[in-house]
Amino acid sequence: MTSPPCYHCGLPVPAGSNFSLVIEGQARDLCCPGCEAVASAIVAGGLDGFYRYREGASERPEPAQSLERWAAYDLSEVQQQYVHDWDGGHKMAALLVGGITCAACVWLIEKHLAHLAGIEKVSVNASTSRAQIVFDPAQFKPSQLFAALERIGYRPAPATAANRESVIQAEHRGALRRLGVAGLGTMQVMMFAIALYFGAGTGDAGEFEGFFRWVSLLVATPVVFYAAQPFFSAALRGLRARHLGMDVPVSLAIGLAYGASFYATVSGTGEVYFESISMFTFFLLLGRTVEMRARHSAGLARGGLAQLLPITVARYDGDETVAVSIAALAEGDRILLRPGDTVPADGEVVEGESGVDESLLSGESALQRKFAGSPVYAGSVNGDSSLIVRVTAAGKFTRLSAIERLVERAQLEKPSQVALADRVAGVFVGAVLLAALGAFALWWQLDPSRAFWVALSVLVVTCPCALSLATPAALASATLRLQQLGLLVAGGNLLQTLPRINRVVFDKTGTLTRGEPRILQIVLLRTGWDEQRVKEVAAALESQTRHPLARAFRAWRGNRLASQVKVHTGRGLEGLVEGAAYRLGSGGFAARVAVVPPAGGGQWILLADNSGPIAWIALGDKLRASAREAVQQLHRLGLSVELLSGDQSGEVQRLAAQAGIANFRAGASPEDKLSHMQRLQREGERVLMVGDGLNDVPVLSGADASVAMMSAADLAQSRADAILLQGNLQVLPQSIALAHQCRRIVRQNLAWALGYNALALPLAVSGLVPPWAAAIGMSASSLVVVLNALRLSRARVPVMNALSPLPGLEPGLAD
Amino acid sequence: MGSLYFLIPIAVVFVALALKLFFWAVNNGQYDDLDTEGRRILFEDDARDQPAAGADGEK
Repeated sequence: MTSPPCYHCGLPVPAGSNFSLVIEGQARDLCCPGCEAVASAIVAGGLDGFYRYREGASERPEPAQSLERWAAYDLSEVQQQYVHDWDGGHKMAALLVGGITCAACVWLIEKHLAHLAGIEKVSVNASTSRAQIVFDPAQFKPSQLFAALERIGYRPAPATAANRESVIQAEHRGALRRLGVAGLGTMQVMMFAIALYFGAGTGDAGEFEGFFRWVSLLVATPVVFYAAQPFFSAALRGLRARHLGMDVPVSLAIGLAYGASFYATVSGTGEVYFESISMFTFFLLLGRTVEMRARHSAGLARGGLAQLLPITVARYDGDETVAVSIAALAEGDRILLRPGDTVPADGEVVEGESGVDESLLSGESALQRKFAGSPVYAGSVNGDSSLIVRVTAAGKFTRLSAIERLVERAQLEKPSQVALADRVAGVFVGAVLLAALGAFALWWQLDPSRAFWVALSVLVVTCPCALSLATPAALASATLRLQQLGLLVAGGNLLQTLPRINRVVFDKTGTLTRGEPRILQIVLLRTGWDEQRVKEVAAALESQTRHPLARAFRAWRGNRLASQVKVHTGRGLEGLVEGAAYRLGSGGFAARVAVVPPAGGGQWILLADNSGPIAWIALGDKLRASAREAVQQLHRLGLSVELLSGDQSGEVQRLAAQAGIANFRAGASPEDKLSHMQRLQREGERVLMVGDGLNDVPVLSGADASVAMMSAADLAQSRADAILLQGNLQVLPQSIALAHQCRRIVRQNLAWALGYNALALPLAVSGLVPPWAAAIGMSASSLVVVLNALRLSRARVPVMNALSPLPGLEPGLAD
Repeated sequence: MGSLYFLIPIAVVFVALALKLFFWAVNNGQYDDLDTEGRRILFEDDARDQPAAGADGEK
């Protein structure tokens, strides 16, 4: 294909679709009505500069929903969750905005909202995807805010998890303040310490020794009591839980060195170690802050998803429907589900007939036919026509909640991981304490006046600085590198578990595929028709339905117009296109006689008119461009790959064959998946699970390591150890390779740190290490460890990238 | 050399002031979004496209 990609979203423009718009004085091709609507809203607002400023393509927007769908957010009980009072009778709405990719998005949102009447102030944070909007409730309703954001291509949601966010913010700010105190304190104390190293012995400057010590004490005190405070409290927590973690030797070193230096300053004897303490604290805080930021950004990104359940529901009161909050639903209520609605509670269909998408719950991708008497489950999505449902279970009695409980159980049974550094720490603390005691006992015999100071210098010299930085520094730097590659690490253990993995289990729905139906093939049955015409007629017919398969035709929408379209649930639709009557749907429906679809993968639908069939169209989910290559690379890394799907259809086999996976399993329920995985674990396998649906959540939580897709259900993401950001599966083998590298670096670091300590210990015991040498040795060994870890953040991960284009530029629909 | 007794406390006071300023900046949210603010200067406000009403929407 030679045509330029869509100007808005960067995806290829399918041949024959003709959406375009004049942007910045030039006609630009766009791929679908969604992109066209968003781009024209941006241009109409005079904000076309956005396209000049942005750094990458935007997300492909869904066609806008009607304003009435947002109306639920105006209900006062719903507003309570995300709208707060602000000065001067104004209100502030906290929103989570999906689709923010760079600083230009912030500019666009702020500019677009700022010139709506009634908006007082807009502030958007690109790194957390949060927006705070102050508005005048008399002039402006929150639902308009949602609609305005959607118009320019973003996915707004109320930021209801505001509590957790403020905790994250407080933690982040606290860490920065501590880092500031430790950093500035270290600089000051170092300055005095260097003066002491060079001047303390000589007569001229000797008179200042006491003064410098007192000033150092003054500066080091906030460093110990404020900046290093988290280490003390963590160590205390560890001791209470009878667990000797790395925090214990860290606290011991800081605490004892500070106490002894304090005594030395007051009594005017011995040595002071204020500079070692401060520097130690600063290095450690730096490592931990970087690690924490990576963890938080994963936590915040995961909020940016569609919520699992709607917040309001249309309930019948008599013959009228009223919008009520989902919490108000009770057993026996009758509710109306429009096409596209998410089912809010378990229930039974009373009236109507429709196809319902239960893939989130069961993994089955085909629509399930529902008619009067059939059960529907919370979390599934109503497909093509309206249903009236009587609620049988709401809230925590739904099947959805049952799955959540299964998740909690699976997590408890998860194989526990003990960090290597923590195992080392226990032994190390004991050894150091014994050595210090031994040195004290030895010197007590030789020279009792030096015994205490030698024992102290043993503690400081063997200070576990390099040892305790060895793992966090490598993990932080590998986490950042993974984030650049497109994998957001949320669980701290992932990097340590990944190298031990020997089996990768994929879930089909949405992990190997793009989760969007495509036209796979068209078989023409009548002369005079070409593929383009078939696509256009089908697109016109499908343009008014919300059936998931209709999305396959999105690109050709609007080329022709359909009228009098009628939906026959579960069979197809009919209507007039440019005056002629057509039917599109299953073979028997469209042709009015039983016909056999051609052989080949996918779901076949038939386009026909009154004089007979016109063309067969095969629809199906296409494999992600990166899937095949990723599977090959995983094999090359020596891992076995398995496909475990809840899908019943023959699709599983077709996709497994395409991706090159020999070992697959279809029709597995969430319970099956979990027990299958637990059996693998009992056989000694270590399993990496890649999933996205809610039905995968138990298995994600139980796996040794788990990765969720960015498009995954919120719950699935929150239970996974990492989130795959751009859907590029090749990141998986890259991550595993990087994790191996990370493990190597951690081991090098640990070896270096232990080696340094082993060397320094005898010197300290023999009383040969003055404070300045201890400080130099300690900081040099820490720097070596940190620099070694930094190699990870620049690591060139071995990839065979030649075969795969950039994630945003996967081959398109019509290729 | 005696001036050190006077100069060093002054230096310590300055450090304390710098820390106070840093605390203020952190608590004020200056470090919350490190990605956007640095680039904001690059986005010109196209006054020709924006009616005056838009400009004072942000206070």
